[in-house]
Amino acid sequence: MTEPIIAIRDLRKTFRSGEVDVHALRGVDLSVAHGEFLAIVGPSGSGKSTLFNILGGLTPPTSGTVLIDGQDLMQLSDSGRTNLRKKTVGFVFQKYNLLPTLTVADNIEIARDIAGVTGPMDQQFRDVLDTLGIANKMDRKPRQLSGGEQQRVAIARSVVNRPAILLADEPTGNLDTENSTAVLDLMRSLNKKLGQTILMITHNPEAAAFADRIVHMRDGHLHAAA
Amino acid sequence: MMLTLVGVGEGMLRDQEARTRGVGADIIIRPAGSSAIGITPPNINEKLVAWAKEQPHVTQATGVTIQPLGGVSTVHGVDLDALSKMSGGFTFIEGRPFQSGQEAIIDEYYAKEKKLHVGSTVKILNRDWAITGIFRGGKLTRMMLPKTVLQDLTATTGKVSVIYVKLDDPKQTQAVIANFKQTLSDYPIYSMDELATQFSVNSIPELKTFIGVVMTLSVLFGFLVVFLAMYTAILERTREIGILKALGAGQSYVLGILLRETILMAIIGSLMGIGMSYVTRWLIATFIPASMTQAIVYMWWPIASAITLGGALLGVLYPAIKAARQDALESLSYD
Repeated sequence: MTEPIIAIRDLRKTFRSGEVDVHALRGVDLSVAHGEFLAIVGPSGSGKSTLFNILGGLTPPTSGTVLIDGQDLMQLSDSGRTNLRKKTVGFVFQKYNLLPTLTVADNIEIARDIAGVTGPMDQQFRDVLDTLGIANKMDRKPRQLSGGEQQRVAIARSVVNRPAILLADEPTGNLDTENSTAVLDLMRSLNKKLGQTILMITHNPEAAAFADRIVHMRDGHLHAAA
Repeated sequence: MMLTLVGVGEGMLRDQEARTRGVGADIIIRPAGSSAIGITPPNINEKLVAWAKEQPHVTQATGVTIQPLGGVSTVHGVDLDALSKMSGGFTFIEGRPFQSGQEAIIDEYYAKEKKLHVGSTVKILNRDWAITGIFRGGKLTRMMLPKTVLQDLTATTGKVSVIYVKLDDPKQTQAVIANFKQTLSDYPIYSMDELATQFSVNSIPELKTFIGVVMTLSVLFGFLVVFLAMYTAILERTREIGILKALGAGQSYVLGILLRETILMAIIGSLMGIGMSYVTRWLIATFIPASMTQAIVYMWWPIASAITLGGALLGVLYPAIKAARQDALESLSYD
């Protein structure tokens, strides 16, 4: 059996809020296989965003073991986590988080520039742009696009450097039903086409249904779907 | 601002030099104890003009009375026939030379700035003077009155401020100066070429200090403007910096972007400053051509650009380091 791409053992994260310790994660165990599309479902405050931020290297864990593609996050320095974001993990956010002054092409290009990738985009990625339906919108600014189109640009940007893992935090949270379905279909399609592991955080069971597997999160603990 | 102020300093010096050369003299005698340039009170005995004319190689000599009018404005009392002969003649765009006691002539720049014409009157030393002629600029000064009238009016009869001397052979200039100095040992006596070298910023300590102050202020101004602009910009772009960091941008990448932006801003600012110096030159030449002259000092383009860049880099340093060190997660949460 192949090693899981994400292996989490007894992960804990405690924040200091004023003079109170907030235990956001209270011993999370999780394994995610290569190419798996996993949905983590839970209400606000359940700890799913904290888990997302730790897996993306945006914040360090307090204790436990987190192996991402063989790298132990507990051992990574700040620059090590920066490298993780550059090479191993791609993000899709609820608010799209596109750079408003750049065109679609430049928003994608800057991700390549940060990763040190030069030269023209390859044909496989051009096919991805066609699949996402944004190939003819490359010279537009984000404000000239609908929410669904902006989220598709964000997806394109997140996969342009072929990260092993795609982390999506409420990717349909700001979209209507039609656009939500379109975005989830595209993520599903990219998961199959590129073989990327996708971890999607959502509170919407309908969105979660697009995943291969669903886990529930509540009060800082993970529970397998019933 | 820097290029304009330096240009005005340089331009006024060059203009003064050109007008002094326009007299056509080979030697200038200034009062004892005076500096090479600057406004000189009339305290040379006018009899020296006649004495100078009698010296070997001297073909012409004329004394000029200079009366300050406030600021850098002056009016000159001249023997117009003698000055005209020495300078090769005045070209009158309008009117004629002055003839009687209450008449004045002005140059084209003064006429343009003050919107004066032949027949207009101008108030000088609390008297109204009728303008009889407007001459082509580049001859000694902008306003001229009959010398004897000005001397009487200012109680300096028999005194002049400067004596201009023309020789039969300019090669004899140093020999004639040496001869003059035997009698006029306390008087600064210059050849025209020596005087021309004095028309530079380096010869005027006050102007040098002024330019130093302008440079310092420019660096401080540049620093403050860029510091505040970048500090505000970085605050406004906190979320964007967070996005870059989420994409894997490290501190050096963020720092590099901000420094490149600042360098670009400084280059654009420098080019705009150069462009603005042409605009201010046009404004000065159009609206106050008699009061000021601005030169375009090419030598200062790289200096001003370097000062702008230095001030800008100084200003961006703290905000840029602060931005580069921003926490990615906190930045992404910023609204």
